[in-house]
Amino acid sequence: MGEDTESSKGNHSFLRDYVTEADVISTVDSTTQENLLATGDKGGRVVVFQRETVSSLLPPTSSHLLSSLLPLPPLLSQPKGELDQVGETGESGEYNVYSTFQSHEPDFDYLKSLEIEEKINKIRWLPQQNAAHFLLSTNDKTIKLWKVSERDKQPEGYNLKDEEGRVKDISTVTSLQVPVLRPTDLMVEVRPRRVFSNGHTYHVNSISVNSDGETYLSADDLRINMWHLGITDRSFNIVDIKPANMEELTEVITAAEFHPHHCHLFVYSSSKGSLRLCDMRASALCDRHTKLFEEPEDPGSRSFFSEIVSSVSDVKFSHNGRYLLTRDYLTAKVWDLHMEKGPVETYQVHDYLRTKLCSLYENDCIFDKFECVWNSSDSVIMTGAYNSFFRMFDRETGRGVTLEAWRETSKPRAVLRTRRIYTGGKRRRGDVGVDSLDFTKKILHMAWHPEENIIAIASTNNLYIFQDRVSPDTQGPDLGSDTI
Amino acid sequence: MANMYSKGTKRKFSDGVDNKAVAASYSLQRQSLLDMSLLKLQLCHMLAEPNLCRSVLIANTVRQIQEEMAHDGSWQVVTEALGGSGHGPSDRLVDTEVLCQSSEQQDGGPRLYSVMGYDGCREEEVVTDKALCSVVVGDRAPALLLGTIGHCWDRGELRVEDGVSKDSGTGEEEGTKSGEGAKMATGQVFGTFEIKNGAPGSDPALEELFSDVDASYYDLDTMLTGMQSAPKMGPYDFLDSLASSHGSVSNSSCRADLNELDHIMEIIVGS
Repeated sequence: MGEDTESSKGNHSFLRDYVTEADVISTVDSTTQENLLATGDKGGRVVVFQRETVSSLLPPTSSHLLSSLLPLPPLLSQPKGELDQVGETGESGEYNVYSTFQSHEPDFDYLKSLEIEEKINKIRWLPQQNAAHFLLSTNDKTIKLWKVSERDKQPEGYNLKDEEGRVKDISTVTSLQVPVLRPTDLMVEVRPRRVFSNGHTYHVNSISVNSDGETYLSADDLRINMWHLGITDRSFNIVDIKPANMEELTEVITAAEFHPHHCHLFVYSSSKGSLRLCDMRASALCDRHTKLFEEPEDPGSRSFFSEIVSSVSDVKFSHNGRYLLTRDYLTAKVWDLHMEKGPVETYQVHDYLRTKLCSLYENDCIFDKFECVWNSSDSVIMTGAYNSFFRMFDRETGRGVTLEAWRETSKPRAVLRTRRIYTGGKRRRGDVGVDSLDFTKKILHMAWHPEENIIAIASTNNLYIFQDRVSPDTQGPDLGSDTI
Repeated sequence: MANMYSKGTKRKFSDGVDNKAVAASYSLQRQSLLDMSLLKLQLCHMLAEPNLCRSVLIANTVRQIQEEMAHDGSWQVVTEALGGSGHGPSDRLVDTEVLCQSSEQQDGGPRLYSVMGYDGCREEEVVTDKALCSVVVGDRAPALLLGTIGHCWDRGELRVEDGVSKDSGTGEEEGTKSGEGAKMATGQVFGTFEIKNGAPGSDPALEELFSDVDASYYDLDTMLTGMQSAPKMGPYDFLDSLASSHGSVSNSSCRADLNELDHIMEIIVGS
């Protein structure tokens, strides 16, 4: 059922009219500078969006990839949860396609006789250092560094070449001129600058840029490597949990991230629900963690699915570097770096699924890997769910809201209304029953703008961008009343 | 049914008459979960490259089920009731022959599987590759839990040709470069599959399980619906043939055995 089990080239003709396999967005990342947003899809393509800073009423440029890109519907949860139409004059700019490029191609490992999918697993922007932007994109095996730069001037007036670049016949040159730079239409150039290959035997699931601006880590199921951005033929293995005898394998690495400020610290999560904080100053190979974050299992609620639902699908440091946010199948948890014995906050994302675990195991949904994100001030966390729903939790009040990323119900500039899952008691209009949830519409990937209250939600092949109209620059969106 | 799973409550057989039906039903559900998990694992190796995390989680679930089944005494009671296995009453559930990948143990004979140890004998190793999990009961042989878990860890590493020696000593394998994937593959293989001949001294149940297997490769399409590609490796065909035979034979035999178990329990408990 999950993406991983479907081949990107399979015969899914029944899907073709609706969504092409290759268009399924598989990762989203956002950067501060120039308000760029990048998405990667299953077909190995990367699409970069740029936020227009000038208010514009032009319709977004449509592309077959993201044909339903919505320009910034404002996000505001009214206390009553009603749908409000907002006027057309938005102050903020819209996100338009800035550039598209093919990052990875399908490959074939001849030694193992296996296909290597071109699906982009992760994209991470590098902190900007000059006019150009750099991003890292990775598929299962190979990481690439791409340079995205603009060119708006072009030299003209060469002596030896004509306008089209053909070499002139020297005999026709009668006078000399100095080539000048003339403004031209803006061109966005994307060039691969580095290719980091052959570093991983298993599937790369995470990449994370270090705060030192020079190195980054890449993690696969069993190993984590550290690379220097300028060196492609060597990487340094910093974690290796592969047992000598593969038969003893019971735990894999599911995600990894560098600390936002301390360049020697990183964290990785495992399929058993534990987090390990490692300090690279302690030893070259960080197999022994510095801190182990683990919540003791509640013996009363143990079931055959306990371990699967405890597997951490994503881990993110807070912007201030003091907390960790993790997502497992049913919950999102906030951990204090100073307290290893358990999370400080636990949020139930879709607890109503707890009694459906057997069915979800059968259709493989239980293996879906949801991502989670912090807002810029670390006061709100967000994660995805099924039925095109995603959840936001206000850490101060502990309340959560359910919102929907679905074209039919979201008009541009309309206010998102909160949704509710009906699990008993009084049923309100608009409540969705648990049995009518669509498990094929999963919100796995998302990004929150590093400084503003703008979020990007990827739903199958659509990208939804929402902005908090009321408080675009302040703490957190006004979540209003909530419930599930 | 889902509730049963999520609560994971254990029912002891000795809880009384009322709970017996519940217990039997729970056992059946547990068995079906086990079958489902094994099927998922078998399908792993059909894909371009299996998702290791998923495989590990499923394998751990299978092991957990097996451990619980062992703990419940389902296995032990059966073996004892049916003539006694000759083993100590509690300590060892199974006469484990740990499957080692070291080249010294390349007898070429069929591998018996290390199974869930019991109490102090807990085996750390995941139930090893080769065979299906099935309740091999019906005679006094140690109950063997055959597990398919391991084989799908690394399909990429499973390119073992016949006669290639597998050496788990090559654990110090690769550097960080996966260029030498093939070289280290052999050492790390899960799922090199060798059972083609009868084991020396193997129990009749094991023979029975393998009796309808021949060395020829099976067309997967006939075994598993929806599978398009034929397996690239011969040994796995065997695995799949076991899958189907397991599906048809062992399931019913498991359930029959469980019913038998109830009956035996009644006798033992003296109700």
